[in-house]
Amino acid sequence: MEEAKDSVGAVLPQHAHFTAPLALAGGSTLPAFDLVYETYGELNAARSNAVLVCHALSGNHHVAGHYAGQPRSGGWWDNLVGPGKPLDTRKFFVVGVNNLGGCHGSTGPMTVDPASGRPWGADFPVVVVEDWVAAQARLADRLGIDAWAAVIGGSLGGMQALQWALEFPQRVRHALVIASAPKLTAQNIAFNEVARQAILTDPDFHGGHYYTHGVVPARGLRLARMIGHITYLSDDKMAEKFGRRLRQGVLQFGYGIDFEIESYLRHQGDRFAGHFDANTYLIATKALDYFDPARDHGGNLVAALARARAKFLVVSFTTDWRFAPERSREIVYGLLHNGRDVSYAEIDCSGGHDSFLLDDPHYHAVMRAYFEGIAT
Amino acid sequence: MTNVLGRYDFELIAKWIRPGEKVLDLGCGDGSLLRFLREDKGVLGYGVDNDPANVLACVGNGVNVIQIDLEAGLSGFADGFFDHVVMSLSLQTVRHTERLLAEMLRVGRQAVVSFPNFGHRSHREAIARGRMPVSKSLPYQWFNSPNVRFFTMADFEALCAERGIAIRERHAFDEGRPVTEDPNLNASIGVYRLGRAAAPPAG
Repeated sequence: MEEAKDSVGAVLPQHAHFTAPLALAGGSTLPAFDLVYETYGELNAARSNAVLVCHALSGNHHVAGHYAGQPRSGGWWDNLVGPGKPLDTRKFFVVGVNNLGGCHGSTGPMTVDPASGRPWGADFPVVVVEDWVAAQARLADRLGIDAWAAVIGGSLGGMQALQWALEFPQRVRHALVIASAPKLTAQNIAFNEVARQAILTDPDFHGGHYYTHGVVPARGLRLARMIGHITYLSDDKMAEKFGRRLRQGVLQFGYGIDFEIESYLRHQGDRFAGHFDANTYLIATKALDYFDPARDHGGNLVAALARARAKFLVVSFTTDWRFAPERSREIVYGLLHNGRDVSYAEIDCSGGHDSFLLDDPHYHAVMRAYFEGIAT
Repeated sequence: MTNVLGRYDFELIAKWIRPGEKVLDLGCGDGSLLRFLREDKGVLGYGVDNDPANVLACVGNGVNVIQIDLEAGLSGFADGFFDHVVMSLSLQTVRHTERLLAEMLRVGRQAVVSFPNFGHRSHREAIARGRMPVSKSLPYQWFNSPNVRFFTMADFEALCAERGIAIRERHAFDEGRPVTEDPNLNASIGVYRLGRAAAPPAG
């Protein structure tokens, strides 16, 4: 296969094992853990060009490139990361990591609990954004990265970028917080709760120990993904993509598939349920719901952000109603009133929340310009 | 549009701003004024612009820029956070002029505004000939102008007097040169430093 010039090409995931216990926000301690990660580009001699890419709900460490012999295995942010792309791997050493509690190789519910000898399942502690950042910091130590040139993420990934700037102010020079929020609204938590209920009430869930029953709660996970997908797209985008188009040209007068949108949702749900772990999904939605750096400051976000020292780029999308521009502006004003350097772009893109994964030309031009400013 | 005035506008504004101040530049364009103020005065500056091309240019210039619509006001900004709020050659492009002026002096101790003077001789002559003026300071045709408010320096000063806005300093220019005699007739650009008028004595 001919390699695209701006692709990082074939990549290999790597493993790091950590033996020092990790105290978690929920009160428990992980005695040891593994993180799986990928890197692209070269760490410079000064170790000053490292960029951490944090993944969102269903993402993982495979940010860019593809796996050898699997041409359809492109990374989830491959349009952003690569030689000559906005996050240019000729200038930056880019790190993607699968978060704790994940299902792509890092320690999580599918991992065997050394204490019981069987998979953790639902007994895996609920880990949150703070725990992810703490684990990522261990990886940074391992890679010899004292300070990131930038930490970037979209949605739940943006929360990690923000948390990095608060938890390790001296270790983050720039934070790029994309399509994110300083905390979820009640409506946003409500969508997560519907997703969780779909999983928890699936008869195949077995209290989270479905691995030992040789089944997966695919129906629940499928429903969870379907509702997620609805909220990630805008009304306009759905109308444009599917409208009221019929799958077979005529109404079926039954409960099979009439409309294209039904077919799309079922397909997305099936695909997701086939490769993602339900326990990981539960954990990640809780991490979203719990994130609220202002909680320990009486709800005062300005006070919560006072610790940050990084320079910020905050980006939102006009049609994103799950992580609306207003939420991003809260972050912007919170930083501004602390006298932090912050820029804010509100991108006019029809893609809803998923816009952050698209290659909208203006969005990518802003990202490119910001990264060029970091590189020089 | 900051560039239209060129350096003399920057230098005038820079004279009013002390090192290390917090400055908000409304309608900041490509961020050149803020970049100049940061390099010259070490200010902590933020620009506001709603044009995607300008936001991109500011990011490229390493200038803080916040993309919001000025017509929606400055409600996200805390009272008195800024030392100076600057609006260079943009006041005539917003519809809610009065509210925005009040907002500028809410979030900033002082405001600096500049605008094209509709009362300039050449503009009056154009009107007398029965045509809308097109000039260096008003370079658009009536049908494609981004300007939505047309006012003279005298109009502006009357509004300030009526709304309790103190004019601390006024400068007038034509063709980049200072104008002292009858600015409302001879100046194409007015530049004002504004403050909140002292509260009227109680009782």
